[in-house]
Amino acid sequence: MSGRRQDGRLSDRAIALAISLVLRVGVALAAALVAVGGIAYLVQNGRRETHYSHFASAQSLTTPAAIVRGALALDPAAIIALGLVVLVLTPVARVVLALLAFAEQRDRLYVAFSLIVLTVLFIGLTGHAL
Amino acid sequence: MDVLAFTAVVFAGSLFAGFLGSLTGLGGGVVVVPLLTVALGVDVRYAIGASLVSVIATSSGAAAAYLREGFTNMRVGIFLEVATTAGAIVGASVTTRLPGTTIEVVFGVVLLVSVYLTLAIREQAAGAAPLGGSRAPPRRRGGPNPGPPREGANQPPRGPLGFGIMAGAGLISGLLGIGSGAVKVLALDQAMRLPFKVSTTTSNFMIGVTAAAGAGVYLRRGFISPSLAMPVMLGVLGGSLIGARLLIGARVRLLRVVFALAILALGVEMIVAGLHL
Repeated sequence: MSGRRQDGRLSDRAIALAISLVLRVGVALAAALVAVGGIAYLVQNGRRETHYSHFASAQSLTTPAAIVRGALALDPAAIIALGLVVLVLTPVARVVLALLAFAEQRDRLYVAFSLIVLTVLFIGLTGHAL
Repeated sequence: MDVLAFTAVVFAGSLFAGFLGSLTGLGGGVVVVPLLTVALGVDVRYAIGASLVSVIATSSGAAAAYLREGFTNMRVGIFLEVATTAGAIVGASVTTRLPGTTIEVVFGVVLLVSVYLTLAIREQAAGAAPLGGSRAPPRRRGGPNPGPPREGANQPPRGPLGFGIMAGAGLISGLLGIGSGAVKVLALDQAMRLPFKVSTTTSNFMIGVTAAAGAGVYLRRGFISPSLAMPVMLGVLGGSLIGARLLIGARVRLLRVVFALAILALGVEMIVAGLHL
């Protein structure tokens, strides 16, 4: 029991429960950041007129460094963006966790698949082909 | 309109979209993108960026619950994510370079096909609703007898076909900012012959990673606006939670059809807007 197989390695059930926890924590944290940043944003900008077909603010918050810097300076839009980054990274964390678990199980084939998925995610997130 | 009013309208619309998406099984993105573009005049690429973010939130939340139930086939999911994530990046890269009107037309067409697929799949596998609808046991169309349970079926999975369809599902997800769950279920259920409950939960498992791959591209190109994504994400997430609650034990067959027709109308509206008719 206790999430171990007969050979002492992690069971698939244990992996599923760990991933489930990561997903819930990630979504909750992201939603909290977005909500807090959102309220602050509305307090600051609520009465400003908006051109809602285009959003210039998005153009300045496109790198993790800029977003973290802005969030530390308590810029509401950057706090929202940080929540969105946490949200985007939640599935990535899930793949990393699965990768580690498959490695612990000595399941080489699925370690390889997880690595490929991570590589593709990396390319998508950074725009670099490694 | 000032920021406060705009945010309130977007939040209300997203709440409704999440609710509708959850009830129909189409997902919030399918409703929220037309709502933002057609009703509010938001540039479609920003709408898609915001929608992708909300797709990650709702699918990750649902996947967490399904993983605890134990139906999700993580290995099949991770194998196929190779195809969906690659497709998503290609799709997202294409969209961020296309004119908005072209995207609107493509979105409208995919919307119509999605509604058809979702209704068709549900006809075939009524009772195994992914969000816990309670109905009669599964009855497959095209024969008088219910036939043997799918779990007992011993055909080998048709891997290559499933993999190919998944790449297409990823492409659509990145291109249009939707989960494309209907296409994923089609690949798992029809092409790879997995049991329906496993198909729907595994599809859901894959949606978050697929959307994250696409979202990265939108984020870098500046199409994920914090001020727009904020009410969209919170609204869709809230609406889908309400929808999931309502689904449990409710008789929603008629509701589903009615809402599917509403989404159908949105799809037509989207094509009309894109073509400037």
